[in-house]
Amino acid sequence: MLSLNKIQVTQGTFELKAHFDVDAEQNVAVVGPSGAGKSTLVGAICGFIDLSAGLVMLHGHDITQAQPDARDMAMLFQDNNLFPHLTIAQNVGLGIRPALRLTGDEVGQVNDALARVGLTDFGTRKPSELSGGQQSRAALARALVQSKSWMILDEPFAALGPALRAEMLDLVAEVAAETKAGVMMVTHAPEDARRISDSVIFVADGVAHGPQATTGLLDNPPPALKAYLG
Amino acid sequence: MKYLTFAAGVLTASSAFAESHAQPVLTVYAGDYFTSEWGPGPVIEKGFEETCGCDLQFSTGDLVPRLLLEGERTKADVVIGLTSDVTAKARTTGLFAPHGQDNSALTLPIEWTDETFLPFNYGHTAFIYNETTMATPPASFDALLAMPDDVKIVIQDPRTSLSGLALVLWVDAIYGDKSADVWAQLAPKILTVTKDWSSSYGLFTDGEADMVLSYTTSPAYHMFAEDDFTKKAAIFPEGHYFMVETVAKITGTDVPELADAFMSYVMSEAFQTVIPTANWSLPSALPTDQWPEGWAQLPLPEKVLFYSEEESTAVQEKAIETWRATLSQ
Amino acid sequence: MARNAKPINNAAGIAAATFVVAAVLLAFVGIGLRVETFSGLGPAEWQAIRFTILQSLLSAFLSCVLAIPVARALARRRFWGRAFLITLLGAPFILPVIVAMLGLLAVFGRSGALNDILAMLGISKISIYGLQGVVLAHVFFNLPLAIRLLVHGWQGVPAERFRLSAQLGFGRGMMFRLIELPLLMRILPGAFALIFVICLTSFAVALTLGGGPRATTVELAIYQAFRFDFNLGRAALLSLVQLFVAGGAAVLAFWLVPSISFGGGMDRMQRRWDGQVRGARVLDGAFIFIAASFLTLPLLAILTSGLRGMLEVPLIVWSSAWTSLWVALISVLVLLGTALPMAGWIATSRNGSVEVIGLLGLSVSPLMIGTGWFILIYPIANPTDWALPVTIAVNALMALPFALRILVPSIRETIQTYGRLSSALGISGFAMWRCVLWPRSRPRIGFAAGLTAALSIGDLGVIALFGDPDRSTLPLQMYRLMGSYRTDAAAGAALILLVLAFGLFWIMDYWGRRNAIA
Repeated sequence: MLSLNKIQVTQGTFELKAHFDVDAEQNVAVVGPSGAGKSTLVGAICGFIDLSAGLVMLHGHDITQAQPDARDMAMLFQDNNLFPHLTIAQNVGLGIRPALRLTGDEVGQVNDALARVGLTDFGTRKPSELSGGQQSRAALARALVQSKSWMILDEPFAALGPALRAEMLDLVAEVAAETKAGVMMVTHAPEDARRISDSVIFVADGVAHGPQATTGLLDNPPPALKAYLG
Repeated sequence: MKYLTFAAGVLTASSAFAESHAQPVLTVYAGDYFTSEWGPGPVIEKGFEETCGCDLQFSTGDLVPRLLLEGERTKADVVIGLTSDVTAKARTTGLFAPHGQDNSALTLPIEWTDETFLPFNYGHTAFIYNETTMATPPASFDALLAMPDDVKIVIQDPRTSLSGLALVLWVDAIYGDKSADVWAQLAPKILTVTKDWSSSYGLFTDGEADMVLSYTTSPAYHMFAEDDFTKKAAIFPEGHYFMVETVAKITGTDVPELADAFMSYVMSEAFQTVIPTANWSLPSALPTDQWPEGWAQLPLPEKVLFYSEEESTAVQEKAIETWRATLSQ
Repeated sequence: MARNAKPINNAAGIAAATFVVAAVLLAFVGIGLRVETFSGLGPAEWQAIRFTILQSLLSAFLSCVLAIPVARALARRRFWGRAFLITLLGAPFILPVIVAMLGLLAVFGRSGALNDILAMLGISKISIYGLQGVVLAHVFFNLPLAIRLLVHGWQGVPAERFRLSAQLGFGRGMMFRLIELPLLMRILPGAFALIFVICLTSFAVALTLGGGPRATTVELAIYQAFRFDFNLGRAALLSLVQLFVAGGAAVLAFWLVPSISFGGGMDRMQRRWDGQVRGARVLDGAFIFIAASFLTLPLLAILTSGLRGMLEVPLIVWSSAWTSLWVALISVLVLLGTALPMAGWIATSRNGSVEVIGLLGLSVSPLMIGTGWFILIYPIANPTDWALPVTIAVNALMALPFALRILVPSIRETIQTYGRLSSALGISGFAMWRCVLWPRSRPRIGFAAGLTAALSIGDLGVIALFGDPDRSTLPLQMYRLMGSYRTDAAAGAALILLVLAFGLFWIMDYWGRRNAIA
């Protein structure tokens, strides 16, 4: 279980508060208006943004002060997920061990992950030789080999077309289910939330509200969410 | 762009116009140091203008390159500040007229027979030291060469500075063919070689160097202007190289009477008596007993070494190359 | 840009570039008119060429290598006064050379502070004269440039890349291989080439610190050929050699060099997760401390000796300061009048290779330009009346390559981003400059103007060649004071020069950044 215990993030005049738990292996969407603090919330959870108050707990351990790599989470960013000067295989391999030489077993793991996301034979290419969708798949393959208990996604497929995005979301959900990982995904599209998430965290007016069942929340939105959804 | 350059040109040009009155103008080319507030220029300008009913205007820059560039079209009427080591090159321009003054009125330590270039001051090359930091200065050039290598000297480049050129001629005059050995012995003691005299002297007064190549008259500045009696010139029995600065008249001048009047003024007591304290050098036509107070007591070398224009031209190139080649090793 | 939708007219840019080329070519023509004999290069000239290249290579190498740990420390440490320190560390680059020499001698000279300390510790003295002195001075001037380029590069690394590295748990080796090495490979070759070119044409440093004829630079040899031997043929030949070597390296530099940015944004700080162990912190602190001492102690020395000499500064120094001030201001106007249209042209041309024209300014000897123009002006006007205009033009020419490097990327980006919008709105030509390009590029314009003003005010330049006794610039007046035994007053003048150079830079840079919307 991931617990946010009265956390508070302060950036200049902006403040974000959250106090809720998320169950393991859940698929959760984070929605809310632009600038409400969705990215700040997941950044704080992953350890990229310092808290001004509160605790982050994972599996019952306090990880508030832990370095990003010591948290049991893998994150996919909006862009710049891949090092442009490394091959796809090397980029994925970094998820197993932050070194460029892998053992035979590890190479096998990388190839399996690439095959799982449909990038067999792409291992020797550079990111610039891949399409946007393929680059997202490569980043997902790395998250796969990281085998963390949470995958955190910050609008990862925003640049992709609707069909491709749906396909990627399904792939994320499948991969997460296979590795028994939870997924927390920032999105501004309610249909994305409906597609893969069990529950929704709504962020608005400096507060991140605890997860509520997706269908119920989106069908009967409270006033603030209703205003956002339009 | 064009307009701006033009505007700036007008700005400078208009000030030049403003200065020219109905009076005839005598244009004197001089070295840059000459006309600065602390050089002899302003005193000379004032003194001459009192007698000539004219406007003396200095124009500064590098004398010989400028004359060579300008040739016959030069605007100069008189050129002041040519040392005897560049007069040969200056003479090749064919721009100069006889100076018309009596050389026998000169009080130089050497005989002067040149009818074109008229000396107006002189001095000698010498190494200056600070007696508070150097208790036992070298008593001869040989002793200078024998000093330990941690005594540091700063000199000037003979290719960019007349005092630097005088040094290589000095060495050549004393040691002749053995000059290369002399430079080899001096090399470890030479802290640095600067482009001009002022940079060298600045390093010396800042305490960077123990000795500096300068003039026998340099201590006079410290004595009379600063009441500082610690700076001394090391006087060597081998002799010191003689340096003279000359003034000359341009043949094509449009104010020949004024130019002649200026040449006479140079030889006058009024001019000669300001030379010591305005130029910090010795007057060319003034008996020692008429020198300003204290100047006659200045230690000066008994033996004077000097290359005439022809001799200087003949040895210059080789002497500089010896210097360069030895110090480059 | 589509050909039929050019947002700005290139005529002005082409005219400005033509002006620059003409200014340089005319100087060569002027000299060519007077060349009597073409003598070859003797052993002294070859030695000068060898030494010049050697010291430039060493200076560029050391500046780059030393900049790496300092820039890395500055990029990843947050501490009080960091932004101010980064600004201060840039100072030596715009410090007038003759002023800097005083400061360097006061710290590293034979009787300088460092040797006094060494003597107290019983360690033998170090010498600032000779090759090591020339290189030390050049590193002093150019280390700030290398540091700035690198810090800027580090800050240009996408934040996600640091987050990713933190998430994947990169150690020091992997950080270096995956983040730092590519960054260094991208920035250092250009920085190296740029510093190499700047050092090639160095003149005053080698004059004082060279230690002898061993350390003659090509620029000094040109000076000797002009002023003492009056051998225009050899001077022209040496100028061509210099143009060739510097030009070649400069062309390389500008294909490799990242855009120069000293100004805004330096205080923005990325959150970093690497290098948090104590050893790395201590080491970073040490690097910052050493670099700060090296770069600021000479400034401090100029300040203290200048304050002592201030009382002895004669009135004429102030009038020279006034002359220098407006010469610098007009130089800035001339520069902007040339650089902006040229930058516009370069930014819209398909390849940026026309920027190479701007490099002429870096590669050509100012003395050579001055003499060439003197020969041309003389038959039609009194060169003395033209001393300041020529100085202004040469100052602008020397600053042009830097200005273009600073301006072109910003103008190119603006045109890429807003070109179509502007075309659609019918904004073009002068209106494009006034409504879009000028306000968008204002921080860069302010920075370029400040750099030009600082470089102009400290430049002794060609004015010494033309000479006007009644109108001298501050550096010239400072030389005169030194030539008249007045070293204290010269130190005072040096301080005035320093304050003017920094003041002008700061005001213009501040004007550019004030209210700037990033």
